[in-house]
Amino acid sequence: VVAGGLGLGRLALEEEVAAWDIDVRPDGLGLPAGSGDVWTGEEVFVEKCAACHGDFGEAVGRWPVLAGGLNTLSDDDPVKTIGSYWPYLSTVYDYVNRAMPFGEAQSLEPDEIYAITAYLLYVNDLVEDDFTLSNENFLDVQMPNVDNFYMDDRLTVEMPLFQSADVCMENCKDSVEITMNAMVLDVTPETETAETTVV
Amino acid sequence: MSNIYKGMKPTRRNFLRGAAASGAALVGGTTVAKAQADPLIVEKQPWSQFLGAGVDEAPYGMPSKFEAHVRRQDVPWLTADPISSVNFTPLHELDGIITPNGLCFERHHGGVAEIAPQDYRLMINGLVDRELVFTLEDLMRFPRENHVYFLECAANSGMEWAGSQLNGCQFTHGMIHNVMYTGIPLRLLLEEAGVKTTAEWLLPEGADASGMTRSIPMEKAMDDCLVAFKMNGEALRPEQGYPVRLVVPGWEGNMWVKWLRRIEIGDQPWHHREETSKYTDLFANGKARRFTWEMDAKSVITSPSPQKPITHGPGPMVLTGVAWSGRGTIPRVDVTIDGGINWHQARMSGPSFDKSMHRFYYDFNWDGKPMLLQSRAHDSTGYVQPTKDALRAVRGENSIYHNNSIQTWAVNEQGVAENVEIS
Repeated sequence: VVAGGLGLGRLALEEEVAAWDIDVRPDGLGLPAGSGDVWTGEEVFVEKCAACHGDFGEAVGRWPVLAGGLNTLSDDDPVKTIGSYWPYLSTVYDYVNRAMPFGEAQSLEPDEIYAITAYLLYVNDLVEDDFTLSNENFLDVQMPNVDNFYMDDRLTVEMPLFQSADVCMENCKDSVEITMNAMVLDVTPETETAETTVV
Repeated sequence: MSNIYKGMKPTRRNFLRGAAASGAALVGGTTVAKAQADPLIVEKQPWSQFLGAGVDEAPYGMPSKFEAHVRRQDVPWLTADPISSVNFTPLHELDGIITPNGLCFERHHGGVAEIAPQDYRLMINGLVDRELVFTLEDLMRFPRENHVYFLECAANSGMEWAGSQLNGCQFTHGMIHNVMYTGIPLRLLLEEAGVKTTAEWLLPEGADASGMTRSIPMEKAMDDCLVAFKMNGEALRPEQGYPVRLVVPGWEGNMWVKWLRRIEIGDQPWHHREETSKYTDLFANGKARRFTWEMDAKSVITSPSPQKPITHGPGPMVLTGVAWSGRGTIPRVDVTIDGGINWHQARMSGPSFDKSMHRFYYDFNWDGKPMLLQSRAHDSTGYVQPTKDALRAVRGENSIYHNNSIQTWAVNEQGVAENVEIS
């Protein structure tokens, strides 16, 4: 019996932990040894990624855009990409490794992922075309939007605004007007309901 | 469409009866005897004469065929494909607070993983005294608890930030379900592994092709998180994480990792894709909130609503809806039928659980005039559900997630309801 518990489960073997523990952190914890350059990355990307994400990360159809959108975050229609929005490069490595290509996850080798990551930095204008990324220089890369995220502050910013003991119950306003209608847009799928046929 | 319950369709007789009833309501609403006997009463019906299905017909029962329209729906234009996508709970057809398992909305990032119970493994590794592996059989030997909680997608109502878009509460509010979970307090599993004093964060990870991961602070894990294997009494549905999922009460649905295969313990958050690129809330100034975990108090009127118009004409009617808060219970909901000029306290009915859905009703006489319906939830912290304009004043229109604003339905003289915004 193990102290402090019920003695259920068994000890995990080293190779079992290694097989499943593939995550990578912003401080580089979890990065495997390896490297890849922009040109190799382009080859891998065109073969394995471009069908959905476009040759330059610009995306096909509604698939995610991976490049561009720099300085658009305060626009009416922000374009949130790896280059314009993502705070950490480690997230790129981790996510490509764990979940991409979509439909064939965890099929890429570390060198391929370093190369793809280097290529994604290149198409986001963050490195030159002769750049080689490796576990050695990984932490040297700073993402442009890293400082624009902050911890949830709803308790200090919103709670005082919306935590009100007295809410208006009668004659709260003089008049009401409709300012927007969903039916004008008409993008709702047909719903099969027993009742809507009545009217 | 084809298999709609014929009896619910408008017949000329029903229409005339409705018109007559509305006339009668004006002179007191007393029920008037029908001039002609109802054939459903005076004629023998087949179900009263002939035998029905036996007990061997349906070992696992399904709803009546007349309820076939009560179903999940998706909105194809929302996502690039139906694998990493979402569908919606038909809130407008439900009552009470428990969502039937087969109607609970789905959100997958790599489709539904199909895992046989004997193939299931849960690993705990990282900053622990003992890195452990559990089978499902092991998990079933831990003390377990039952709790009713809502699970709301962080993006529920997200399409409505810039204005009224989808016409029906299934689409505007249906990324939510509320079920009773049976599971092991996560704290017990962590104690089994022996968490080191430097441990401050957890990384739950899914076994599906998206390898879903989120960073969760240790305080929450030790408080009320569950490693659940049952919903509403039976095994989790495959689309809800069979055989095991994480339950993170009150917090955004993305963190409720399905097909849970591993929990890593660490001293820092991981800042993975689902907490950087996604599930961060962009403000108008270009900065973004991260780690917006709690789901704030929210409510919606489920009937009448665009998919659930009033079909009975003026007179007595039932307005109903649901309210919930990730920060506690819902002691009170206010409703208005005139767009917020006057409000009425709704009647709460049914159990009131922490971080669960609550059912409310407002019973009144409809005078047949157009209405602007809204509901306003109060939670046990004193927080009152804000208007959309009040939220937009703080956040702008591009934050995608956490839209808990007051919803308006415009109901016309015919009883037809529409999703609108009002001044």
